Amino acid sequence: MQTPHITVTDLTMAYGDFVIQHGLNFTIDRGDVFIIMGGSGCGKSTLLKHLIGLQRPAKGDVFYNRRNFWQATAEERTKLMRRFGVLYQSGALFSSLTLAENIALPMGEFTDLSRSEIADIMSYKLALVGLAGFEDYYPAEISGGMQKRAGLARAMALDPEILFFDEPSAGLDPVSARLLDDLIIKLKETLGTTIVVVTHELASIFSIGTNSVFLDSETKTMLATGNPKKLLAESKDSKIIQFLTRGEGNVNNEA
Amino acid sequence: MNVTAANRQSLPTDVYLEHIGADALSIRLTGNWAHGATLKPVGEVLGELDNLQPLRLVSVQTHDLQKWDSRLPAYLLKIIDYCQAKGTEVDLSGLPEGIQGLLNLARAVPERAGDRRTGAKKMSALYKFGETVLNGLQDAKGLITFIGEAVLAFWALLQGKARFRSVDLFLCVQEAGAEALPIVTLISLLVGLILAFVGAVQLAMFGAQIYIADLVSLGTVREMGALMTAVIMAGRTGAAYAAQLGTMNVNSEIDALKTMGISPMQFLVMPRMLALVLMLPLLCLYADFMGILGGALVTTSAFDVSLNQYFYEARRIVDLYDFSIGLFKSLVFAVLIATAGCMRGMQCGRSASAVGDAATAAVVNSIVYIVVADSIITLICNELNI
Repeated sequence: MQTPHITVTDLTMAYGDFVIQHGLNFTIDRGDVFIIMGGSGCGKSTLLKHLIGLQRPAKGDVFYNRRNFWQATAEERTKLMRRFGVLYQSGALFSSLTLAENIALPMGEFTDLSRSEIADIMSYKLALVGLAGFEDYYPAEISGGMQKRAGLARAMALDPEILFFDEPSAGLDPVSARLLDDLIIKLKETLGTTIVVVTHELASIFSIGTNSVFLDSETKTMLATGNPKKLLAESKDSKIIQFLTRGEGNVNNEA
Repeated sequence: MNVTAANRQSLPTDVYLEHIGADALSIRLTGNWAHGATLKPVGEVLGELDNLQPLRLVSVQTHDLQKWDSRLPAYLLKIIDYCQAKGTEVDLSGLPEGIQGLLNLARAVPERAGDRRTGAKKMSALYKFGETVLNGLQDAKGLITFIGEAVLAFWALLQGKARFRSVDLFLCVQEAGAEALPIVTLISLLVGLILAFVGAVQLAMFGAQIYIADLVSLGTVREMGALMTAVIMAGRTGAAYAAQLGTMNVNSEIDALKTMGISPMQFLVMPRMLALVLMLPLLCLYADFMGILGGALVTTSAFDVSLNQYFYEARRIVDLYDFSIGLFKSLVFAVLIATAGCMRGMQCGRSASAVGDAATAAVVNSIVYIVVADSIITLICNELNI
């Protein structure tokens, strides 16, 4: 069997003494579109922070291809992190740099590509997200949806093996959200990128997700992991059914 | 992504242009195009294509391609753009599906005319000068608007109609008052010390050490106390006001206040300005005493003057006029610092760098205003002989 790309074992997340989630165990395979879902305030974004190295787990481990992420030295961890791309909720573009400079920054820092090569790749990445011609704009001069797409272009700058998305469709109109979903699927298909998405948009969950974990804020642990469509069809847990049907599903009929 | 086969390993990374008909060309990409590979500059390929014109069809072939990364689609996009500009048809069917998909995606939203910024034109010196003047006028207009709004808010306050939370005022008073005491103590004590040393050497030569007390107490009370506290507070509180209000602007908090029908001038700016106007004269008074004390330290320890003599001389030479001039100055400085800080904060742009610019501008403006106002007041006092 193929080694899972990301493995999480017995993860406990806490701020000081305040436990947010405990006992998280799941694996993400190469090429998965993995959804982290759950109600508001259940710790979805915190889980993402633990996966991308912004917050250290209180207990438990995160493995990338069997490499223990949090036990590694800071240097090794930085190397692992360089293979991630992260799209933050509001794009997190550097406001003092143009879009071109934003995207070129990681390439200039971490590759030995020539200036013209970087410029070509940068234009190509902007074109990929539908922003051809916007190289010389500052983030403040474009709309929120465009900022998000530019953030995606920056996340993809180094051809990452794993792309993390924090609420990619928040603040986007349905059509733009759909286009972003299509883009995510195309990236996965053409580049084989593993994709991890934090979201509670049902439409996205079902259209792109191939695997998922469901976090619950009351029991402070995960209730299920697996393909979201399968979860909807097979799960007996009323919370999951309610979440996946926007509270309209009747659990008794399923049983 | 990983097309590898034993017989393709040996081929070097390269681009071959071959005629496959009178006006048709094949572009063959070979070898490893992934990280670390050195590619033939795309400009050279475009140059060769130029020499081979006219062309009807260009077909891209990748049988001998091994690994590739983002540079490959970026490279191909350049070639495709060039061919489209020349009216040459490009056949991409020889590419792996993945690359075709990416190229289609990249060309799905074509660039709209007018979106691209034309490179910054070289401006003449006259143009730049004009722009600077216009910006200055715009700035002045902003200042006048802000002063007008502040006066209106103050008028509302006098009528008892101003809407702000008294807790905010007390917090601001604490920040601009008590919390500034340590730094004011240190700086004014040291300034008094320095003043004493500056005069002491010369005065001691005439045996006139006792006049060190005159020098230090007059200098501190009339000038240095007010000036040093103002400079400290400009850096400490003025910058904080600009950064706080600027960040609130970035977070749309000021918009939120406006839509609630609460005037941000009353709610945010008034408590801050009031706090500084109330506290700076008090700090100045405190700094005056600290400065005199600093002078006393030097004089009594190194120049053979007793503490009693020093304070007697200081009390003889400094009268209430001198104190009131210092206090009046610090009152003016407080208004200037609060105005510069709050105005820069309220006019802040909506990005992280704009907040930094606002804080910088607040400090620079305050210090310029302070020094200019100080000179004017000193000149007037000199004319009036007070």
